Amino acid sequence: MSREMSAWKPKTEHYHALFDPKGVVVAGASTHPGKFGFVALHNILDSGYAGNVFPTNRDGGEILETPALTDVADVPDGAADLIFVCTPAATNPGLLKVAAGKGIKAAFIASAGYGEAGAEGRRAQDELVALANDLDMLVVGPNGQGIISTPASLCAQIVAPYPPPGRISIVSQSGNFISSFENYANASGVGIARAVSCGNAAQVGVVDFLEFYADDSETGVALAYVEGVVNGRDLYERLRAVCERMPVVLVKGGATAGGARAAASHTGSLATDDRVFDGMCRQAGAIRATTIEEAFEAAATFATQPLPKGPGVMVVSTAGGWGVVTADAISRTDLDLLPMPDDLRAQLDEQLPPRWSRNNPIDLAGSETKDTIPEVLATAARHPAVDAIVFLGMGIQGNVADMERGGRFFPRHGLERIVGFHERQEHRYTATASALAGELGKPVLTATELAVTAPGNAAVRGVVESGRYCYPSSNRAVVALAHLWHYSRWRQRRT
Amino acid sequence: MTARSASAPSTHTLSEHASKELLAGHGVPIADEAIAATADGAATAADELGYPVVAKLCGDSIAHKTERGLVRLGLGDADAVRAAATELLAAATADDGDVSVLVAPMVNGSRELIAGLARDDQFGMTVMVGVGGVLAEAIADVSVRLVPIERVDAEEMLDDLATQMLFGPFRGEPPVDRDALCDVLVALSRAAMAEPRLVSADLNPLIIVDGRPIAVDALVELEGQP
Repeated sequence: MSREMSAWKPKTEHYHALFDPKGVVVAGASTHPGKFGFVALHNILDSGYAGNVFPTNRDGGEILETPALTDVADVPDGAADLIFVCTPAATNPGLLKVAAGKGIKAAFIASAGYGEAGAEGRRAQDELVALANDLDMLVVGPNGQGIISTPASLCAQIVAPYPPPGRISIVSQSGNFISSFENYANASGVGIARAVSCGNAAQVGVVDFLEFYADDSETGVALAYVEGVVNGRDLYERLRAVCERMPVVLVKGGATAGGARAAASHTGSLATDDRVFDGMCRQAGAIRATTIEEAFEAAATFATQPLPKGPGVMVVSTAGGWGVVTADAISRTDLDLLPMPDDLRAQLDEQLPPRWSRNNPIDLAGSETKDTIPEVLATAARHPAVDAIVFLGMGIQGNVADMERGGRFFPRHGLERIVGFHERQEHRYTATASALAGELGKPVLTATELAVTAPGNAAVRGVVESGRYCYPSSNRAVVALAHLWHYSRWRQRRT
Repeated sequence: MTARSASAPSTHTLSEHASKELLAGHGVPIADEAIAATADGAATAADELGYPVVAKLCGDSIAHKTERGLVRLGLGDADAVRAAATELLAAATADDGDVSVLVAPMVNGSRELIAGLARDDQFGMTVMVGVGGVLAEAIADVSVRLVPIERVDAEEMLDDLATQMLFGPFRGEPPVDRDALCDVLVALSRAAMAEPRLVSADLNPLIIVDGRPIAVDALVELEGQP
């Protein structure tokens, strides 16, 4: 509601103060390792942030080997442009006034006791926003868990962990989902540019950050978790403008009647007719994911694969069953299991012994020699009717290598040599898949459960080193690919 | 949020005939029909339209005709029409206000859809299409967009529906003319843009006749008093 009360809007400089600050004040920094004011300072100091860090608290002294100031007034003028606030709500108005005088343009308010805390808290929240507007200051939160910005090596958050750098930027109405997405980023190697937990979203909310991300050269795709919708029409119009420039993956909590009741007590949001929300997303071009896991995978795919130009998928598999279930998965989406083109079949006949499937899925049926997989992948990917490839069957040689390397006969009996060969082959397959995607501008997705069951497998490492996402199953790869196709199609139909 | 906290504006409904006229003015396809004040008038109208016909009691305040037994189907000649119209007019209550008898040719098609407009508290006016018929609510196969829609949105709404089999050849009937169905949705959106007082509109059912959609019943709700 507060957002509608004022015409103040943050400018790019405010977002840069938040995400690329030259210095950070941590107000309410604590010597007690259990307090948010300690954890936030720890994470900022430990993430490699190169700017000035100024902890402040009443007692001064030293926290985490860093001298603490007793007053924000002691921060040198112009040395900081972000203040991370962990102080009690009542002290914050005075704090922001002094901070503004120091040239600070952005505040992250981790403090609770605002809109989530009854009528008095709501009044304090409205007053905080009015003050910030007067001060020309961006205020994020309150009651949020923090921000990260990997281009600035900034981890100003009270949730763990810190993710690897990447092209996904996140905004969430629920702080712990920032953490969930960052956990997925760490596990998969597909990294994050910016992340913000907007807490009560008093001054700025999800769509404000989406608009900044669309302007942000560090961001390739936005990932958002929303519960409440305050002004649906405004959301639609702005979301659509963002989607015209950048893919947006969105998860909505409270999509079912039970979830809506939970959301009402969590963020106080009104129930939304899910069919209306769903239609709004389709119309705006936003990609709606059902689960957090699916949302991350969709975002990771936007971040690491080109958009498919059409729905035609070719499956390349080293075993029959994998191909069959992947064909099933494709048939459950708007993607097409591309009928094998005659000229491609003829080309593959020359590269493969007669027992291959001669259809899509391309099942090599164990007929491969050293160069077969890279050659077949390249032949299939280069065919003009093929819009995307799902590649299955990596990791078998990596598994053999892992067993032999860990076995009691290693490295004798020629095992060292064959283990090295298997691992190099896995790297070749994944490097070929990645290079083809880059060269041809077609998605080439690689899937194996080893991504979860044995992330040290040479094939999984190969995918991660190539900067792509290794899908834990072919059906998950297909769902992610279908999201990319939906976005691509939405754009094609409207330009 | 504002929509809920403000007191809900009072609304009124239009008669079936006036509802159809309003929507037809924006391009919604409606079957031929006539309005008669008397049983004899209804029989004359039926003679002109051709048999068999349907007769319904029609008035601004009559929203649930089927539930009240105010619809007579498959009337084969003038006598049947006259008898039905007499009963319908006699069934009107004081609350119904001015009433008349609506006569229309029986429209045959085994596929029924629903389409309409509704105001959402958070997103404003929306347009919807869905699978119709008696099981419509249980099937709940609908697609919604925010008004205004473009043609591409209408096409995607049809793609959204899970029951795609309905759009192909069906029980000896030709496939659904998807363009004509998109026209209906775009026409609804246009009506909502042109009529700011519009609160809701229902085309139920929208029957597929020889592949083309025809609204055989309509109910429009407007803001304010008549």
